[in-house]
Amino acid sequence: MTGNEVVAWAALAAGAEIMYGYPITPQNEIMHYWTRLAPKYGRMFLQTEDELSAGFTTIGGVMGGRRAFTATAGPGNVLMQEPMAMAEMMRLPVVVIIMQRGGPSTGTVIYSQQEVTLTTLGGNGEGFRIVYSTAGNQELFDYVIKAFNTAWKYRFPTFVLGDGYQAKMREPLVIYDPEIRGLSPVPTEPFLGKPGVPGVDRLPGHYRNTYNTEEELYEVIMGLARAYEAIIPEVVEFEEEAVEGAELLVMSHGVVSRAVKSAVRALRRDGYPVGYFRPITLRPLPVEAMRRRAEKVRRILVAESAYGQFARLVKEALYGLQVEIVPLFKPGLGINPEEIYSRAQELIKGGEKGAEHIAATHA
Amino acid sequence: MPKSWRRETKPHKFCPGCGHGIALKALGQAIDELGLQGIAVFGCDIGCSLLAWDFFDLDTVQTHHGRTIPVMVGLKRARPELICIAYMGDGGGYAIGAQHLVNAATRNEKITAILINNTQYGMTGGQMAPTTLPGQKTETTPYGRDPEITGYPTQGPEMVAAITDERAYVARGTVARPGQLREFFKRALQNQIDGRGFSFVEVISACPTNWRTNAKETWEWVEKLMPTYFRVGELKVPEALRGKGVEVKDGETS
Repeated sequence: MTGNEVVAWAALAAGAEIMYGYPITPQNEIMHYWTRLAPKYGRMFLQTEDELSAGFTTIGGVMGGRRAFTATAGPGNVLMQEPMAMAEMMRLPVVVIIMQRGGPSTGTVIYSQQEVTLTTLGGNGEGFRIVYSTAGNQELFDYVIKAFNTAWKYRFPTFVLGDGYQAKMREPLVIYDPEIRGLSPVPTEPFLGKPGVPGVDRLPGHYRNTYNTEEELYEVIMGLARAYEAIIPEVVEFEEEAVEGAELLVMSHGVVSRAVKSAVRALRRDGYPVGYFRPITLRPLPVEAMRRRAEKVRRILVAESAYGQFARLVKEALYGLQVEIVPLFKPGLGINPEEIYSRAQELIKGGEKGAEHIAATHA
Repeated sequence: MPKSWRRETKPHKFCPGCGHGIALKALGQAIDELGLQGIAVFGCDIGCSLLAWDFFDLDTVQTHHGRTIPVMVGLKRARPELICIAYMGDGGGYAIGAQHLVNAATRNEKITAILINNTQYGMTGGQMAPTTLPGQKTETTPYGRDPEITGYPTQGPEMVAAITDERAYVARGTVARPGQLREFFKRALQNQIDGRGFSFVEVISACPTNWRTNAKETWEWVEKLMPTYFRVGELKVPEALRGKGVEVKDGETS
């Protein structure tokens, strides 16, 4: 089954009640499959007039206490940032699936990892949101289910960041009932339209994202920041392999990490001391784990299908450490294991000379 | 004071002479008379309408840029038992959020949209709006709006009436006739209660602050000038609502 189909099945398994969506390639089949499944399982769908509306109707659904979600890509993700900034301000458990395509602007309809900055930090504000970067169809299934629970448990907008390759490729999948794996759906609760008459039986729910004074806004943002900081240890996820004794660490996220893992296994087999590290949560980043690994290596090769969006996150996380960061940036292009293998081999063999050259290039 | 008003937040935050207070009073009365306080949800927008975020003893959400319609659409789709009211200005409905108004109307979304027409953008300091009158001076039309360059005032209710099906309710009221306005609101809400479809009321309103008008000039503007461009009355009434409630006659005041 394709990744887009997987998302529809996962949303169904997660107990999603309503999807609001607007077509944009390469994520269209999410709504194609959802609209075929939804009536059979008593779920709802609305095709909106644009992504602004898809985001804001999702907010309306969530505020009504429904497990609501949307999906988008590329320029649609740009438009989606306006509603997501509001969701961030109000701490609304909105779930958004992003299937990255090439950019900027229309770009290509196929593949990239160029929506990292936009998805992790997009919108006016501080980017208090949770972003899972998946690497294939099984993870899409697992993390779409997880995203609904994370969103409703912690009440921050939650994104599953896939890509055009994952959206379209077919892979085997284990479909399961989350309950059987102990993943009971986190209960939802309405923000608007709670029982009782407001002002008579209870206080009215007054939700706003406008503030009159700087001090008032400061208090609200600092409250969000404290809440966000507090959940980081519970939320961060990463994966690592062959890190013991590594001199070079290859960092990547999403689908590229599969090529990296494959290359690292081959490099190890051939006697090169190369390790693999992959953050699964791009926001919040597993900073402590990244620093722990980075401290033990001389260099880090960052492989991504973008021009340094992920590397920027890595550099910030590793700020102050004496480790060299070497780029392997291919915006909009896929990266295969052979490229990673040969680049890592060069770096190991090249020694200091190679490093200087690379450092200069990177600067 | 309507029962559904929240006393703790009064006096309200609007400028002296602003039409929002009158419109919101008429809306509060309509909500009271229909007994909707327990199920109505109020959505307001950016611009002056955001000042109503804590105006009522109603669950309320304030959004921005004309997005109050999709928020209420999303809520109504998810919770059809709620009465969802989207309240916005002329920018939110006819400019930056026009796509939402047009498409919600076309889809016959079962919400009630209320749009305050004060011929300019109040909160941002008096720029031209889609409803600005020909010749009217605003901060971005300092020599007066020239229809050759920027067109004529948007005829919102006429547009909504044209693109909706026969289940929609469409009216234009004025803060100069609050009694009539209350009846329009009641009928617009009744249309939603009955599950028939989209209901839309534009309200001719006043902005003495940005118009730089005194009390007399403000009311001449609202009562005489604006109705020459914006016809007050019901533009579309579903069959089931006909013959009930108010019938509008030209020149009627209440």
